Amino acid sequence: MIYIDIIILTLLAVTAVTVARIRDLWAAVMFTGIYSFLGASWMLLLDAPDVAFTEAAVGAGISTVLLLVTLALTSKTEKTSTSVPFVPLLVVIGTGAALIYGTLDMPHFGDPSAPVHTHPNPGFVERSQPDMHGLPNVVTAVLASYRGYDTLGETAVIFTAGIGVLLILRREKKSANTDDSTTEGTA
Amino acid sequence: MSNDLLQLAMTAEQFKGLYNYWIVIFLMMTGFFIVISRKNMIKTVIGLNIFQTSVFLLYITMGKVNNGTAPILRPEDAHHDDHSHDHADEADHASQIFLDQIADHTPAQNVSAGSEPAIALEALAETGTNDVIYSNPLPSVLMLTAIVVGIATTALALALIVRIREDYGTIEEDEILILDRES
Amino acid sequence: MNSFPIVRIVSKILIPYIVLFGLYVQFHGDFGPGGGFQAGVILASALILYGLVFGLPAAKAVAPPWLVEKFIALGVLVYAGTGVATMLLGGNFLDYDVLEHHFLTEITVGGQTLHMLPSGQHLGIFLVEVGVGITVTAVMLMIFYCFAGRETASE
Repeated sequence: MIYIDIIILTLLAVTAVTVARIRDLWAAVMFTGIYSFLGASWMLLLDAPDVAFTEAAVGAGISTVLLLVTLALTSKTEKTSTSVPFVPLLVVIGTGAALIYGTLDMPHFGDPSAPVHTHPNPGFVERSQPDMHGLPNVVTAVLASYRGYDTLGETAVIFTAGIGVLLILRREKKSANTDDSTTEGTA
Repeated sequence: MSNDLLQLAMTAEQFKGLYNYWIVIFLMMTGFFIVISRKNMIKTVIGLNIFQTSVFLLYITMGKVNNGTAPILRPEDAHHDDHSHDHADEADHASQIFLDQIADHTPAQNVSAGSEPAIALEALAETGTNDVIYSNPLPSVLMLTAIVVGIATTALALALIVRIREDYGTIEEDEILILDRES
Repeated sequence: MNSFPIVRIVSKILIPYIVLFGLYVQFHGDFGPGGGFQAGVILASALILYGLVFGLPAAKAVAPPWLVEKFIALGVLVYAGTGVATMLLGGNFLDYDVLEHHFLTEITVGGQTLHMLPSGQHLGIFLVEVGVGITVTAVMLMIFYCFAGRETASE
């Protein structure tokens, strides 16, 4: 078990660094898909099957397709710059060190007495049985019933994003020619 | 000498308990680095995606309980036919055990508050006595919605990038700034 | 993509099972892992795969854009409508307990009690998940149509 964890986490780190280093955008997109898939695998090990296969379908599936289509519409290579990004590197190392210093007080991995597990009262896992008349999936029960308002809001966000993409990208037949000419003019 | 060994043991213990946070922070910082160092917009979106996934992982690792299993109560317990109310005490007792396992905390007062309590209470008695530990479902719920909202907003960002490319002919931030200054 | 027979045949074989799995995840989500969000993205990825392999017109023939547009709004309406329905029945917004009914809740066959129609909470969760599933599928599909349609238009 611990070996699977180590392998997946190493691969995750390697993939993330590769995405940062690689200049070919097409390859970077592919590595992002791999990264999401590895993340989903780790979520499965962490007892979150619902999240794992959402992440697999979204991260490795839909998001990769969208990025590839965007690449096809724009350009496949990133402009190379010769200067080494010292300032971003310093910022990242500083932030990372501060965050790691912060983790030293965090509850240990899998610790049953962590605040996350005691507040709110964990009894709701049992209570969901009588409340939901025996629906076994607590995740669904919390998502759709206890936090029903929140999920309605999330659905509205997805709805809004969909409408936004529709408004930005829908091409009306009349304006197709003018759009093309402006692209050529500036390129 | 023994002090050094003790310290080493402490670090090993800490490493076992905290490596999940460190990996997540490493991934997060990689995403952050991509966002602030790369001028290409698609690369920036990819960096944001990596950052976002690391946040999902952070939440999910927090929800894990040692020796726990996925928070899906066993379905064979959910449907039982003989509805008798004398199980209530037993069930209360069982949930008390469960809570004591999780942490020292107040007992579940309202276990028998549902309108059809008997079915579930019996299931509850069984799960309690069989010592099934469930991982925390709350982080899963939060991240589930966040993932789908994340892809929707990513799509919005990509749509804007496509439009920018059509108007400016480039998706490099510095070139766009130059074009903006010229006009 | 029409020149890759292996890709075409394999996706032809796979797509029905992806759709089936999506529907299973949608309607079995209260019992196993699953729910509207997951089912939505799985169903959408099946249709997107179809569009990628067999071309955008083929996908648009299966799920016409005007219909998908309506479904984006329909999902949210189903969700909010469930809430309004519970209000009309006298409860709070999204309080599924008022959907409780006593019509054919269980039936006894040979000494075994089977649960026939879902209870109030179950029904509410089911409706809400259906709403989420519809919206997520439609939005993901519409986003794909927008991006892919852009490509053919600018060439």
